Amino acid sequence: MPLDATLRGIRQVGDRTLRIVERVGATVAFLGLTLAQSATSFRRFGLVIREIFYAGVQSLIIILVSGLFVGMVLGLQGHETLQNYGSEQSVGVLVALSLVRELGPVVSALLFASRAGSAITAEIGLMKATEQLSAMEMMAVSPISRVVAPRFWGGVFSMPVLAMLFSAMGIVGGFLVAVVVIGVDDGAFWSQMQAAVDFRHDIVNGIIKSVVFGIAVSAIATFEGYEAPPTAEGVSGATTRTVVSSSLAILALDLVMTAFMLKGWN
Amino acid sequence: MTNLVEISDLNFGYNDRLVLKGINLTVPKGSLVAIMGLSGCGKTTLLRLIGGQLRAREGSVRVAGQELNHISQRDLYALRRRLGMLFQFGALFTDLSVYDNVAFQMREHTTLPESVIRDLTLMKLNAVGLRGVQSLMPSELSGGMARRVALARATALDPELILYDEPFAGLDPISLGVIGQLIRRLNDVLGATSVLVTHDVQESLKIVDYVYFVSEGVIVAQGTPDEIRASTLPFVHQFVWGEVDGPLPFHYPAQAIQNDLGLREG
Repeated sequence: MPLDATLRGIRQVGDRTLRIVERVGATVAFLGLTLAQSATSFRRFGLVIREIFYAGVQSLIIILVSGLFVGMVLGLQGHETLQNYGSEQSVGVLVALSLVRELGPVVSALLFASRAGSAITAEIGLMKATEQLSAMEMMAVSPISRVVAPRFWGGVFSMPVLAMLFSAMGIVGGFLVAVVVIGVDDGAFWSQMQAAVDFRHDIVNGIIKSVVFGIAVSAIATFEGYEAPPTAEGVSGATTRTVVSSSLAILALDLVMTAFMLKGWN
Repeated sequence: MTNLVEISDLNFGYNDRLVLKGINLTVPKGSLVAIMGLSGCGKTTLLRLIGGQLRAREGSVRVAGQELNHISQRDLYALRRRLGMLFQFGALFTDLSVYDNVAFQMREHTTLPESVIRDLTLMKLNAVGLRGVQSLMPSELSGGMARRVALARATALDPELILYDEPFAGLDPISLGVIGQLIRRLNDVLGATSVLVTHDVQESLKIVDYVYFVSEGVIVAQGTPDEIRASTLPFVHQFVWGEVDGPLPFHYPAQAIQNDLGLREG
């Protein structure tokens, strides 16, 4: 019956939508719980430093190498397009604005979600599966404040620094291709970039984006790990969900923030 | 002798399935009591109820005079500082060394200087014979060693009540004997009270003071180890002597095998 099939389809879409909304709500509630139990993380900041090392420092290689390549590609593509208009001297502006406004925060957040977010989820999920979180609770120590909050803040603090390093490395990549390889004038490359990039509207907005992405990725990663079914399959599924949900959240948040930033927040 | 644990008319279930029915149980101070039964009979659930990880549906669970059904999170955590728990596979924190695992609770709950914590930690490790592995990580230990380190960690703050969840599971005969003797000795030396959940009959009967047998969610027998060994109750006899035939069927309930295989009679 076509009507039955249609109704079943609508019902399935409704069910799925409700589940997604419920999941988003649970993640936000978990974020609230994490923030409420973050005092230990700041009282014993060594716990956060340790997580900054695992999430941030150990992500440096992939961030720096990716930034270099993205910048090189931007230099090549930018030069190719701009020379049609006789504006190849502006390639530095194109590279810098693309990186600082968009690609730096977004691509580094996507890489961070894949590299560090999935690792956080897997680690917390495995701690749950091997009863380490239960053991902690039985010792009267809250796993949220001792395990989740330091990882959350480690991610939040790491993300903007990684995004800035990604952008800086990308600009170096763009310079290498445009100036060293193709031969664009280096004075024009740097001076036009300096004139066009605004500290408040470009750099600060980029940092704001990366902080928001850091919060989103860290909240999703810790939530998925904490809620993972305590089995190998459960942890594997949670890791996948972290990467998928984080990526979608980054892109959606980027769209919203970009719209506000271009229009102004008022 | 006063009771440290008192359970009366306890009912507990997951969703519609009742796991524990009308349980009445007491654990006198200073004693070592075993809860035995087949896998899935509800004994670990009972231990989790005593540890406050689960709340009873009906009835009362009192530990050290406090009713756990209505206890606040703060009071529960305060109570848990007086408890120790050994999990089935140790549940050691895999990101901490053996030394840090044992020192964990002292650092979390006391303001002792590090030099005192060091002495206490080494004494606890010495008590389980593993002072020499203090710098190893949990992944470098055998199953028996991990269980002994977990035992040192569970007794780190000299708890009044120690809960053991299947401490003998998966151990070789020598490790099994060592763990059994350690459980008895620690109970006596610390003046603690212990509840041991296990299905290892022979090892447990050597060390415990009293035994409760649980089957299908009810206590079907209880007594001292000698009374249990001499019991003529069919269930206890089958369980203690490991007989294949008895009140516990070999086959899980199912329809006739002819139906499953598609065979017709005649």
